[in-house]
Amino acid sequence: MSDTADYGAISKNGLWTNNPALVQLLGLCPLLAVTGSVVNAMGLGLATLLVITSSNIIVSLIRKGVSDAVRLPVFVMIIAALTTCIELVMRAFTYELYTILGIFIPLIVTNCAILGRADAFASKNSVLPSAVDGLTMGFGFMLVLLTVGGVRELLGNGTLFDDMHLLLGEGARGWTWQPFANYPGFLVAVLPPGAFIVTGFLIALKNSVDAQLKKREAASGTEAIKGSKRVRTTGNIG
Amino acid sequence: MFGRSIGKNSLLLGAFALVTAGVLAGTYQLTREQIASSERAAAQQALLEIIPKERHDNDLLADTLPVPEDSRDQLGLDASADIHLARQDGEVTAIIVPAVAPDGYSGDIRMIVGINRDGTVAGMRVLTHRETPGLGDKVELKKSDWVLGFNGKSLGNPEPEQWQVKKDGGHFDQFTGATITPRAVVNQVRKVLVFVDNHRELLFADPETPDSESATDRLEASTP
Repeated sequence: MSDTADYGAISKNGLWTNNPALVQLLGLCPLLAVTGSVVNAMGLGLATLLVITSSNIIVSLIRKGVSDAVRLPVFVMIIAALTTCIELVMRAFTYELYTILGIFIPLIVTNCAILGRADAFASKNSVLPSAVDGLTMGFGFMLVLLTVGGVRELLGNGTLFDDMHLLLGEGARGWTWQPFANYPGFLVAVLPPGAFIVTGFLIALKNSVDAQLKKREAASGTEAIKGSKRVRTTGNIG
Repeated sequence: MFGRSIGKNSLLLGAFALVTAGVLAGTYQLTREQIASSERAAAQQALLEIIPKERHDNDLLADTLPVPEDSRDQLGLDASADIHLARQDGEVTAIIVPAVAPDGYSGDIRMIVGINRDGTVAGMRVLTHRETPGLGDKVELKKSDWVLGFNGKSLGNPEPEQWQVKKDGGHFDQFTGATITPRAVVNQVRKVLVFVDNHRELLFADPETPDSESATDRLEASTP
């Protein structure tokens, strides 16, 4: 891709068409494991977003100096270093969240989505498109995490945004939204199967939206022809 | 030619290893103090929940006594651990004992139990566990106030044979759908009480050592 990269296409690719979680099905392990609540999902989502964006930028910067033979070890080293930095920072400033997310922060290294973007995109493109790619891929991943986390928290505990102060500081302590009093809880949503089920429904939803869009596109294609005929016959629109 | 490319590549890898190691070392240095203080605050918060500030005037975190080696089994501990002492004017008013219930539904349940001088439970908190969310995790204060049921209980109240969950004919409630978790916890709290009862002299030893220790504490605190 040249310098006149199509940022719209890159963004759409990361957020929707090629969403790491819903289409590439990468990084499912953290996706399923930590999405019991919105705050957990957001914590891991932000960490992943930071790692994937900065690793894309760095990989793109050094892409010309690294030979093919050592490309992958170098990329892994970069990603591992970034992940460890983030882990240290989270441990310093959001200690309780760090203990909740536990092993899944260091495991960001093994999220194939990150190495995948480094190798498939950043190592072939200049810095700005790579940064945008990392950012939108990270956002796409985080949005899925947040949705699954939100649905599971709401169904499982009957709350939304509980414990947000663990991530966003004391000001967010009162954010907890409890739509039903005395919600009995829905166990399966909190347990791992709930994560699979919610993710499955999300993927199905995305596919059906895509199918709808395709249908409408096909339909609008024929309509456009009709419309142009109509325009010609009436002639006084706008 | 081949040798040269190997040489070049290994140099490149080595250079990257050095740079990343440098970045990590830098980040570690920058965050080290903040991490230490966060960990300290987290540890202290759990202790303060059991024995609030008004009830002691010493540094709970620093004033410790190692668990006697022959009692580790009784407390379920697999490594050395410290008992925290709470003092008021040098006198030990309560202690906080670490313990592990090894027989939870899925693995160890780590907890701390605060015991007052008169042998009653000052408070109990579960620190880490892997019990089933929604069922066994009611041992967390955040999920249920079940753990508060231990407050004020002692070996004589209820009677020792009543230190069981209701299902086993004892005094303590189990949770709907989870008996194993509360059974493990109740059992371990009872063991802690027995341990404290057997070691009263050591744990609540007053005069000499504590006095001099808290005296130095006060000295340090008063020096600017």
